[in-house]
Amino acid sequence: MIVADPKPFQQIRGFLEDYRKILVLGCGTCVTVCLAGGEAQAELLASGLRISFSKDGKEATVLEDTVQRQCDEEFVLPVLERVKREGIDAVVTLACGVGVNFLSDRIGAIPVFPGVNTTFYGGNVEPGLWSEMCAGCGDCITHLTGGICPIARCSKHLLNGPCGGSEKGMCEVDPQNTECVWQLIYERMKLLGRLHEMQNLIPTKDWRPAMDGGVRRSVREHIFRLQYKSGAGA
Amino acid sequence: MKTESVLEKVLASGQMAVTSECGPPRGSVPDKIIEKANLLKGYVDAINVTDNQTAMVRMSSWSSCIFIKQMGLNPILQMVTRDRNRLAMQSDILGAYAHGINTMLCLSGDHPKFGDHPMAAGVYDLDSIQLVRMVKDMRDEGKFQGGADIVNPPKMFIGAAANPFADPFELRVARLAKKVKAGVDFIQTQCIYNVDKFEKWMEGVRERGLHKQVYILAGITPMKSVGMAKYMKNKVPGMDVPDEVVKRMSSVPKEKQAEEGIKIALETIERLKGVEGVNGFHIMAIEWEEKVPEMVERAGLLPRPQV
Repeated sequence: MIVADPKPFQQIRGFLEDYRKILVLGCGTCVTVCLAGGEAQAELLASGLRISFSKDGKEATVLEDTVQRQCDEEFVLPVLERVKREGIDAVVTLACGVGVNFLSDRIGAIPVFPGVNTTFYGGNVEPGLWSEMCAGCGDCITHLTGGICPIARCSKHLLNGPCGGSEKGMCEVDPQNTECVWQLIYERMKLLGRLHEMQNLIPTKDWRPAMDGGVRRSVREHIFRLQYKSGAGA
Repeated sequence: MKTESVLEKVLASGQMAVTSECGPPRGSVPDKIIEKANLLKGYVDAINVTDNQTAMVRMSSWSSCIFIKQMGLNPILQMVTRDRNRLAMQSDILGAYAHGINTMLCLSGDHPKFGDHPMAAGVYDLDSIQLVRMVKDMRDEGKFQGGADIVNPPKMFIGAAANPFADPFELRVARLAKKVKAGVDFIQTQCIYNVDKFEKWMEGVRERGLHKQVYILAGITPMKSVGMAKYMKNKVPGMDVPDEVVKRMSSVPKEKQAEEGIKIALETIERLKGVEGVNGFHIMAIEWEEKVPEMVERAGLLPRPQV
């Protein structure tokens, strides 16, 4: 899932000085699960803003709403209609950066402000803790590394690690919290009886499928522009 | 002979090689680099020139190498993959070689977190092993990493680092094997204080016959004080300083600790001279370059061979 952290309240408050009718918009998927931008966090932020506005003598209405996904028109279109209908003049979205973009591309002359910092693709490793596990590099190599990703989980993205800073199983960059991924890969390959494969050189990576080949798209031919083909759209 | 490198010639002659290092200055002051290199003249075969060591900005390695080359000495161009992508690295290698620099050391580099620009992007387009392979292919295939031909390919004598003391220990020989497979010609190791562990690593190296395929220069760093010994033990990741070394440093009065540190270093050199597969020494006297000549002399490594 996509993991995010709430932005500092004062930063969000700072975005909103010039607006009178503000919608705080939560997202019901990833950011709900990681407790950064779901319905509960939207309510909390909205009431915080109301208190702050009234303390500062600023007259503004703060509305709140949460939709299932802010990365899908199906869920976003009703919000756009509401914004128009109710004369909302700014939106703070608690979705990941995708939500901020998705709304901004469609909302017209209404500003959309980010309410969270989108951090990484990760998993919930223990209650209250999410860890990065994938870098979305577009060309997965984890079949070579026992299913554990050195691009996402090595501080230097080393593909032929470990570096000289691996000590007692921990990474020198954050020895209190971060395991050396090459130690993990080593132990996993041993468990799988595949240690000998660690002698193979992993060649230089083609970063084009990652961000360096330009902006990425993902197409499923069998449904892409199906609307056009059936004559229902266009 | 693969290259014109003096270090390669010394190593190929079967004599113990000696290298040391020079950290470029934190400013546009060539005098500093010339001064440091002058101290080493006649005492070492080649001088490593660090590349933004500890992730602190310094004068570039290759420009400092040119100053050293112009003094008639042999610089080793250090290159970390932290700061440049493969285009920048290859163009710097072409430029360095065009200036007569024919020996280099391929590293991944300290993480930006440890330096004075912790907010910088770490590039890591390649890792150190992939860099070794790229330089080898430039030399032996005459090809850029992207596949195109190079006009007058740079003939670099290719070095890399090895840290026998980092974890997991079981992987450390395998990692050296990988560097050999990638095409490395010589290795300079992490500073050795735990000589037993180093010898155990060398045993593994010999078992796999790696000592026949790569020259190994043992890393030696004299300790100035018990404070430095403790710092190296507790604060420097991947550094193995046994308790008895710290104890020995603290057993002598403060004003004699520097000499004790030198003695420990010299004893290490003496012991390692007898270890099969050790082909020389890389003496890194951190901010203490003026001690290198004395150490080389007392270690019986003079005169340096004329090759």
